[in-house]
Amino acid sequence: MSHNGRYILKNGRVIDPLQGLDEVTDILVENGRISGIGQFNKKDAEVINIKGLIVSPGFIDMHTHLREPGREDEETIKTGTKAAAKGGFTGVAAMANTYPVIDNSGMVKFITETAQKDGYVDVFPIGAVTKGQKGEELTEMSDMVKAGCCAFSDDGNPIENSHIMRKALEYSKVVNKVIIAHEEDKSLSDDGEMNEDFISTKLGLRGIPPIAESVMVARDAAILGFTGGKLHIAHLSTLESLEVVREVKKKKLNITAEVTPHHISLDSSHLVSFDSNLKMKPPLRTKSDIKALKKGLKEGIIDVIATDHAPHALFEKEMEFGSAPFGIVGLETALGIVYTELVKTGILTLTELIEKLSVNPAKILGIGERSLKKGNNAYITIFDPKKEWVVDKKIFVSKCANTPFDGYKLTCKPVMTIRKGDIVFREGKFYKK
Amino acid sequence: MEITRKDLLGIEDISMEEIETFLTTAESLKEISERAIKKVPYLRGKTVANLFFEPSTRTLASFSLAEKRLSADSFNLSSSSSSVLKGETLLDTVRNLEAMKVDFVVIRHSMSGAPHFIAKRLTASVINAGDGTHEHPTQALLDLLSLKEKFGSLKGKKIVIVGDIMHSRVARSNIWGLKKMGAEVSVCGPPTLIPYKIEKMGVKVYYDLNEAIEDKDVIYVLRIQKERQTGGLLPSLREYIELYGITPEKLKKAKKDVIIMHPGPINRGVELDPRVADGKHSIILGQVTNGVAVRMAVLYLLSGGKSGDVS
Repeated sequence: MSHNGRYILKNGRVIDPLQGLDEVTDILVENGRISGIGQFNKKDAEVINIKGLIVSPGFIDMHTHLREPGREDEETIKTGTKAAAKGGFTGVAAMANTYPVIDNSGMVKFITETAQKDGYVDVFPIGAVTKGQKGEELTEMSDMVKAGCCAFSDDGNPIENSHIMRKALEYSKVVNKVIIAHEEDKSLSDDGEMNEDFISTKLGLRGIPPIAESVMVARDAAILGFTGGKLHIAHLSTLESLEVVREVKKKKLNITAEVTPHHISLDSSHLVSFDSNLKMKPPLRTKSDIKALKKGLKEGIIDVIATDHAPHALFEKEMEFGSAPFGIVGLETALGIVYTELVKTGILTLTELIEKLSVNPAKILGIGERSLKKGNNAYITIFDPKKEWVVDKKIFVSKCANTPFDGYKLTCKPVMTIRKGDIVFREGKFYKK
Repeated sequence: MEITRKDLLGIEDISMEEIETFLTTAESLKEISERAIKKVPYLRGKTVANLFFEPSTRTLASFSLAEKRLSADSFNLSSSSSSVLKGETLLDTVRNLEAMKVDFVVIRHSMSGAPHFIAKRLTASVINAGDGTHEHPTQALLDLLSLKEKFGSLKGKKIVIVGDIMHSRVARSNIWGLKKMGAEVSVCGPPTLIPYKIEKMGVKVYYDLNEAIEDKDVIYVLRIQKERQTGGLLPSLREYIELYGITPEKLKKAKKDVIIMHPGPINRGVELDPRVADGKHSIILGQVTNGVAVRMAVLYLLSGGKSGDVS
C-alpha cells in the first residue's frame, strides 16, 4: 500500500473491549503502531475512510492446521495465512500435528522462520505435548518456548494416558504455558463417524457418543484441580462438557474453552446428505447442544471462538463417508458464521464477539494484549457488519475447499486486516512485504 | 403410481404408493420365473454392473437372475476382483463403469451412504443392494411382498424384529417399509445391540423375547454375527441363544399361526433352531423366491417401465 507507514482510519466504529471503548472515531497508525485514537489532521497521512465499518483489535485464530510441513498439497504457511488474512485474522496458532510433528525446537524454528518469510499474518507455533504426539514422553517444552512456541497440544489426538496428562500440566508450569486438550475417549469414540443420536441410528453411521468428550473433560478438570497449571479445552462440543467447565470455573481453576463456528451453527441432522464435508471431530452434535453452547458463550463459560481450520485434499474428502478424513476448513467463513449466528440473533454483543475472537485467545496464548491503546502494535481487523454475502468455495484462497457452508448466505465480512501497521488484506486484495 | 426416480437407495425416502407399485409389479413378474423359458425382453440392450464390495451369495444371485430373466446384459465385480485392491477409489471405479456406458449400478458396500455418494455423481441408475448398517431396500420389498401374499393387507399386523438391530440394514429398511404399510413394528434384542433412540423410528423396544413374541403375527429373526462377542456387545453366544434364540419351546408362547421370517444366511442353532427354520411357521424360502421378482420389478420400473404394461 502507498501509505508510507502512516495512515488514518477515519470514521470507523472503534470497539476495543480492553479500553471499554465503543465509538465512531479515527485511528492514527504510524510505523506499525497505534499513534492515537481521536481526531487527526496530518497532511502526510493517507486517509482511509471506513464509515459504517467496525474497527476491532486484530483477531487471533488459536486453532489452525497449516499442514506445513508434510502436506503442502493441502495447505502451506503461505496459503493458510492468506486465508487467515482474508478471514480477518491477524494471527493464527498453528497446531503441531504436521509431518513430522512439531515436537522439538528445530521444528518450531522451521515454522517461525517459514512464517517470517511466507506468512501474511503472524503464526504462533503450538508444540506437541508428547514426542511424536504418541502420548508417551513429554517434549522439551522449555527449549521449544525459547524457539517461539506459545502453547502445547497433541490436538488431533487425545492424551489418553491420565498420568501423562498429569505430568504435562505439572511440567507446563516451568514455561507457564497452556495445555490445549483434544478431549476424546477413544475407547468410546472407537471407529465412530458422527454424533451418536437418532440420526446416526437412522443412517447406520457409527456413533461417537457425547460422553466420549465429556468424560475426558471431567478427567482433565479433576487432574487440573490436583496439579494446577493451565488447561484449555479445544473445540468443546457438548452440553455435558460445558457443564463440567462451568463447575471448574467456579473453583477459580485456570481452565478456558473454545468452540468452533460449525459446532454452533450445524447439527447432526445435516448428515442425512452423507456429505463428507460434515465429517469432523468432534462431530456435529444436536440442537440442544448448540443451544447450550450459545448460552455458554454468552455467560463467558466459553472464552474463545476458534476455527479448527483443517484442510483436506478433495481426492481424500470426496469419498464414501466412512473413508473420508475428519475436518473442515474454517478461516474464510468464521466471522460471517459467528456474526450471523450470535450477533445478528442478539446472543452476543459486538464487544463480546471481539473478546472471543481477539482479546481472549491472545491472553490465553500469552502473545501480548490485543487492544488499540496508543503505543501498541497495530493489529487491527476491520469488518462490515451489514455486508450480506454468499459463501463460494470456488474463490477460497486456502488450498482446500472442504466446507459444508458452500452456498450459505451470511451477514458480516472482513474488509481489512492489518498486521503491525501493514495492511495485508484490503477488499479482496492481498499485500505482503 | 409411476416410478420417476433414478435410483433406489432406501425405503425411508420412498412413498407408500411407490412401494405398492414395486409390489404389484413384482407380483406380475413373479410368474415369469415359473415358466419353462424364464426370459422376457423388458431390459434387452441394457447393461447392469453388479458391484459387490462385501461378500454375498443370495443377493448377488438374486440380482443376477433378475437381470438375466429380463434379458439385460450384466456382469459382476466383487472387491477381490476389482481395482479397489490396487487403491482405486470407489468414485473412480464407478466413473470407469459409466465411461463404458453402464445403465445400472447395483452396489453393495460396507459403508453406509456409499450408494448415495455414487448416485449423486452418476447418470446411471443406482440400486442399493445393502449399504453398511443403513438400508437394504430390495430385501425390505421382498419381505413386504411375502407378507402381502400372506395377509393381503399389513394394516394393524404386529411384527417383531429380533436380534442385532444395531448392525442390521435389514431391520432399518423393514421398519420404514412395514410402518409405511400400516403395520405395528417392535424390535427385540439385548440393549447392547439396540441402537440409540430407535424408538423415534416409531417402534416399541423389548429386551424380553417371551414378552415380545406373545401377541405378534410375525417374528422376523435377524442373523447374529459371531464376532459381536469380542466387541463387548455380548457376554457369550451361549447366553444369546438362551435369551433370544427362537426355539419350538419359546414359540409355544406365540400365536398358533405366527409367521417366521429370516433374511438369510441363517446361523442354524444360533438365532434360529433348525426345527423352526424348516418348520410350518417358516416362509424363509418363499422370501428368497420373491427376491428375484422384486428385483426384476425394481430394474424394470427404474428403467422406465410402466407397472400396467407387464402382462
